[in-house]
Amino acid sequence: MLELFSFGDTGWGDELLAGFGVTVALAAVTLPVGILLGFAVALASMSKNRVLRSIGIGYTTIFRGVPELLTLFTVYNGAALILNQIAKAANPEAGFVELSPFVAGVVSLGLVFGAFSAEVLRGAFQALDKGQIEAGLAVGMRPVHVFHRIKLPQVWRFALPGLGNLWVNLVKDTALVSIISLNDLMRMTSVAVGFTKKPFTFFLVACLAYWAVCALSEVVAAKLEERANRGIRRA
Amino acid sequence: MAFTDVLVNFWPRLLHGLGLTLLLTGVSAVLAAAISLPLAVFRTNASAKAQLPLRVYISFMRGTPLLGQLFLIYYGSGQFRPALQEVGLWTFFRDPFNCAILAFTLNSVAYQIEILRGGLMGVPAGQIEAAKAVGMNRLQAYRRIILPHTYRIAQPALGNEIILLMKGSAVASVITIFDLMGETKTIFAKTFDFSIYLWAAVIYLVLTAVFVRAWRYLEKLLNPHLAGHAPAGALHPVMGMR
Repeated sequence: MLELFSFGDTGWGDELLAGFGVTVALAAVTLPVGILLGFAVALASMSKNRVLRSIGIGYTTIFRGVPELLTLFTVYNGAALILNQIAKAANPEAGFVELSPFVAGVVSLGLVFGAFSAEVLRGAFQALDKGQIEAGLAVGMRPVHVFHRIKLPQVWRFALPGLGNLWVNLVKDTALVSIISLNDLMRMTSVAVGFTKKPFTFFLVACLAYWAVCALSEVVAAKLEERANRGIRRA
Repeated sequence: MAFTDVLVNFWPRLLHGLGLTLLLTGVSAVLAAAISLPLAVFRTNASAKAQLPLRVYISFMRGTPLLGQLFLIYYGSGQFRPALQEVGLWTFFRDPFNCAILAFTLNSVAYQIEILRGGLMGVPAGQIEAAKAVGMNRLQAYRRIILPHTYRIAQPALGNEIILLMKGSAVASVITIFDLMGETKTIFAKTFDFSIYLWAAVIYLVLTAVFVRAWRYLEKLLNPHLAGHAPAGALHPVMGMR
């Protein structure tokens, strides 16, 4: 049994590890994209400008309500159509252009993560103590300083538990990108299954790998929360 | 090519897909609800040692992709084909629809146990003491006092879980099930008409919106004593995520 997972030409260990690397890379690249998008959308949906607010709320409603898989296919196929039209316009003899599955994965999972994290961040911003912001302005801080010194550290603290959950979901959602043939862990596992005819063994190992990442993430999130809450008196 | 062409030409297929999505979601949600209640009671009352296997199960189901769980059941069962044939279960596992229902149910059970556990622990202790004091036995206390409280507390979160299950059911399209997502993919492959994706998104959004409305109405029915007050917890998809 173990030789199935050995490294080199005889086993699938190195292929699966490469796939695992792609999975982790996809999640790690998507995270900052999604958080930045989430911040922008959260600020838009709390804005005094009605148009911005509608855009923010509409965005979160759509991307939280539509299946991640549909978002992924929409981005992947939609981008391919647009890219091909551009390529045709630029050079009529151009061949078929395709968006890389990795980029499509980052874009679509980032859009989804942005929508969910926007709600988490909005909740965190609304939990801020107004008096502290007024105090900051009263001692002569500029709004930029108030944001950086007073709002951001506390938003981070309030949003951490929610963001931790979203990260775990992001890791799990990366498996969907295997369907548009990104060579991630799930797809490499499918390839291995095709050769070895041991579907249960291999998919179980893949699941265990995702499980390990999620369990480790929870430990890290707990540590980060502990750190973010240092100096906070507990009732 | 008008935006609505694809809708006019393919609405029967979309309707069929919508029906299958509703069926997948509904059957799995109801089965999971039935299974998770006794397990949630066990999870709340049993000793830490006795419930360890259940906690491992819940952690596994919540820590692995639904797609992986689906593959594990649908493709994985093939590895045990002779054994399954012997006990007559192979016909069950050969059918992708059965496998999808099984995977979604097992997955949702894990989430629903934790939701119900929150509800069970939220029942005010005084209510349970009062039930004992008036001489109710355990079964009566559960039926008359504890469970009504539990479901009132858990109801919004259960609604979120059903919405997430509905969204998650789109992965069934990967194992050749023609649910709304599956039909959408085939129609796109036939027509290369991009608007089909937007129509599918609209259908999913309408489905969620209608469900949220219906669930809020149910919440009102379950809480007649709160009439005129703001609901205790509004539906919020961020709370419990898959």
